[in-house]
Parts: sequence; structure tokens; C-alpha cells
Amino acid sequence: MVGCDDEDPLPEETGQLTIEFDNRVGEENLELSKDYVNAGGETFQIAKLNYYISNIVLKTNDGKEFVVPQDSSYFLIMEEQEDSQEVHLKNVPSGNYNQISFTIGVDSLRSTMDVSKRPGVLDPAQGHDGMYWTWNSGYIFFKMEGTSPAAPLEQDNKFYYHIGGYGGYEVPGINNIREKTVDMGSAVAQVRSEKNPQVHLHVDVLEFFSNPTNISIADHSLVMFSDYSTTVSANYVNMFKYHHVHN
Amino acid sequence: MKVRQTFLCLFVLLAAGCSEDEDDALKEKKPTPVVLDIPANFPEPVYDLSANPLTEEGIALGKMLFYDAALSRDNTISCGFCHQQPTAFTHHGHDVSHGIGDQLGRRNSLPVQNLLWFKNFFWDGGVHSLDLVPLNAISNPLEMDEETPNILRKLEGQQKYKDQFKAAFGSEEINSTRFLQSLSQFMATMVSANSRYDKYVRDEGVQLTENELQGELLFRQHCASCHSTDLFTDQSFRNNGFSTAAEVTKDPGREEITLNPEDRGKFKVPSLRNVEYSAPYMHNGKLNSLREVLDFYSSGVQISSTLDPLLMQNAQPGIGLTADEKIKIIDFLKTLTDEQFLSDRRFSEY
Repeated sequence: MVGCDDEDPLPEETGQLTIEFDNRVGEENLELSKDYVNAGGETFQIAKLNYYISNIVLKTNDGKEFVVPQDSSYFLIMEEQEDSQEVHLKNVPSGNYNQISFTIGVDSLRSTMDVSKRPGVLDPAQGHDGMYWTWNSGYIFFKMEGTSPAAPLEQDNKFYYHIGGYGGYEVPGINNIREKTVDMGSAVAQVRSEKNPQVHLHVDVLEFFSNPTNISIADHSLVMFSDYSTTVSANYVNMFKYHHVHN
Repeated sequence: MKVRQTFLCLFVLLAAGCSEDEDDALKEKKPTPVVLDIPANFPEPVYDLSANPLTEEGIALGKMLFYDAALSRDNTISCGFCHQQPTAFTHHGHDVSHGIGDQLGRRNSLPVQNLLWFKNFFWDGGVHSLDLVPLNAISNPLEMDEETPNILRKLEGQQKYKDQFKAAFGSEEINSTRFLQSLSQFMATMVSANSRYDKYVRDEGVQLTENELQGELLFRQHCASCHSTDLFTDQSFRNNGFSTAAEVTKDPGREEITLNPEDRGKFKVPSLRNVEYSAPYMHNGKLNSLREVLDFYSSGVQISSTLDPLLMQNAQPGIGLTADEKIKIIDFLKTLTDEQFLSDRRFSEY
């Protein structure tokens, strides 16, 4: 209906922007089932790494903000699924972008919306590699599993980090919704109608275990819906770093 | 309520009429809107029916799904397996839930009735929307142990489901939203509000006996602070002093959802509708008769730091009741039995 209005200004030039989430272990690309060592000297292997990225906001170097329309701003990044690691944003106004903000997890509003408003990666019935707690309605925002000799034998040396909690429904509960702003410094992603720049982010597992709190697998091999989960989410927010851009 | 819903349905029909070719509209039968009667003695429903309007076809689809064992991993257990109509849609004779492979859960299966009025679900209130209720039982490894995408694949292979999804939602597409919404539609219709008590409070020509009336007075005095409104629950979470310390360690109840130590050992106050038939009682199904329940409240309440203050009067735990008072309260509780609901063919498996 709005389109019929003659007085609309000319549509703004838009292009695309791709954000790549590259899971790493320090200087190395993350490989599943390969030995690494964390800051506490514990050897570990990663078997699974999934997380939700949502509510993306881009900012140009002259301070203009582009808020990705909410309905198309939910992504599930999975290490085991390569095509999930690139987030393609369409209809981005032309500009030189040097800042990306996003939520790691799913906001409380969307977490409690009618199921019909939660399609695709948000569909609670689809499961998506177990990224939803059906017994305690809510998304698992971040899931990392693996093995380590430091993890207890009775757990088959496995460790589990399933982190969620959007603040509680009727009464306040744990809140692990984490906002992250990644600054590209002097670099810019040049969005134009004919250009599709790619911003490359590193997501570093070593930071998970050390920044700012040293998380010991021996002491915390199973963290799910518990108070310690906020310590874990305070660390994993620091996994996300700008690395480079392809224009 | 009724007037507003009828108006809404009319509007939807009119709107559809404008946008569709009339011949197509005649060929393609539209789902038939259903208006739910809201009992005069009930509060406003919690579930938003405008987001999932009831239709005859949607309700029928929900009923097919409710009684289909394809919802469990090995196709052995349906919703109706643990929620049986004659026992107010609970699992008669089972203290705790009995899932596939004869596994046992931790808690007693709750009645499926009047869910339209509930703010949250299950003994710990962990699920906050009726639409999400089935997912908990489906994914629980001790209950149905299945994944919804698998269920949808099983349904897609059956013409009867393609036909019913089309009848309910306009196309053969079987997706999770339609799956959950149709189950909600069926459960929304499961309203129990025609007990003798209801007909008495609504002045529909039923009179309670002297014992029942005295029981009602005692109930109002001793029980209705928690079992309040004509839903017979205030939907709060309370520690009634039933669990031992060791049992609370195994099942801390509401604390698992809020992580608040003050919620340790608290469980949802259950509705008492059809309580005559929903034995066994309590969150872990350990009591087999209403007499045992009242004996417990009278002399079995255990003191703990989170024991509900209402159960600690004059430094004494529990509710002091004489044998005669217990009998009268039970007489009153039996007036909450809704024979019509317990045998209503609309909800029956066969």
C-alpha cells in the first residue's frame, strides 16, 4: 500500500553485507576432535559449537545506523554446518560500515512470542541440534561440548556448556543475553549496489576458557541452567573479534 | 467474550469472501469457526485464541494427534496414554509418569482440563505457553523421547493427515506451527465446568446436600487460600511440606526453573476439579486417596525453611481437621466431579 504513494522518495541504493563467523582456537582454525590446550593447561577437544546471533545493527564511519529488520535478524551458527557460518544481510543501505553490533542469544521478547512468530532457526519444535529447552521454555543461546581428560570419568570425560536464560518469564531469572559490538577500527566494509563486502570475525575458543575468568574444565565440566552460566556467558562474549574485511 | 469472538469470526469470513474468487470459495471448503463457551463462573482465559482461532477441523486434527502414538519415538505412546479421560486425563494407577520402554519419570501426570486458563504448565511451571506443552512430553527421554521433525515426517506419509491439515489450515503443508496449534485447539476445548458444584454456583437448579455445604464452608476456611477461584488453584508454587529433605534433593521443583533457593520444594498448586478421579495425588503421586491427602494435611506436614506460611499456624504445621471435617471436605470435593467432561465423546479416543 505504501508503494502506491507517489510522494515516496526514491529508494535508497542498497547492497549486501556478509559476516563470517570463523571459529578459532587462538591462531588456529578450529577443527573438531583435535587436541588443544586452554589457559589452565587442560587439554580439550571440541565436538560441538553452536550459538545464536541476533538483532544485528551496522554502523557507518559517519555514524549512520542500519538496524537489520528484526524478523530477518536471527541466525544459528553451527561449527558442523559450514553454510551457517556466513550471515548474509540484504538491502543494506550503501555506506562505509566499521561497526557491527549483535546479540549472542535470542532477546526475551522473541523468546516468548507466539510460536507462529518464530519460524526457521527459532522454531522451538524443530529442535535445531537441541538448541531449545522444552522443560524450561527457552533457547539455548550457546552450546559447546567436547572431551577433556580434565572432565570427570563418570561423564566419560565429556564437558557440556549449554547456556541460555533470557531473564525469566513471570519472575526474574538468570539473564545470559549478551550484546557485543565489534569495532573494525579504520577498516570499512563498503556496501554498494554492486558490492558485497565480507566482514570476517574470529570466534576464539581460548577466550571462552580465560577472558576474563579462568574456566577450569575440571571444576566446571557441566554448566547448563545454573548461576555459573553467567560467568560462562561473560567470557564467551569476548570470543568475538574483528579480523579482516574483503571489499 | 462470546459476542466478541463471534464478531471476529464473521469478520474473517467476510474478509476472505472479498479476496477470493467465489467459485473457488465454494469449491474449497473453509474451516468452520468454533466459538468456545466461557463458563460464567470462570475468569478470563489466558491463552490468546485470536492468534489460533478455533475451527472444527483444527480441533479434529488436534484430537487425531492427541491419540496418535506416532508422537513417540517407537510409536507406542500417545498423549492419551498418560492422559486418560475417565481419570480426568491423568494416568490412572501411576504415581509418576510412565514413558516409552517402561521408563519412569519423577512426577505425577497432571490432568488435561481447563488449560486455557493456565499461566504456566507442569508441576514446576517451566513451560509458559500452551502451544509449547506437547514439546516437553515429546522430547523428554523418559516419556515420548521423540523429535518433532521426525513426527512431522511420519505424518507426512499419511494421506489422512494431509487431508486433515488441508481441512484445518487450507493446504496439505504439515509444519510444526500447525502441529502445535491444532493440539492447542483440541486442548482448548477440554473445558470442565459442568460439575454439580458448577450448576450449584451458577444457579442451574442443583442444590448441594447439607454435608457438602458444610464441606464447602470448611474448604473455604482451610483450603481455598491456595485452591482459589472456580479453577480451584491460585496457580502459585508452594511447598506443602509433603516431601522429605531427601526427596527435595532429588526433585527441588520450582527451584529448577527460577534457581531461587526460596523456591526449593515448591510445586504448582493443582486444580481440584475432578479430583475424585485423578488419584494418585501430590507431585510424586504418593497418596492414593483423598482421605490420605487430608490426613497428610492434618498431621503429616513436615517443617522446612520453605514450608508455606499458610501451613504453619500457631507454630503448628498443617491444618487441624477432625475426622468429621475431613469427611465433609471430601464430600464437597466430590461435587467438583464433572461426569459430562469425563465421558464427553468430543474428547474420547474411540
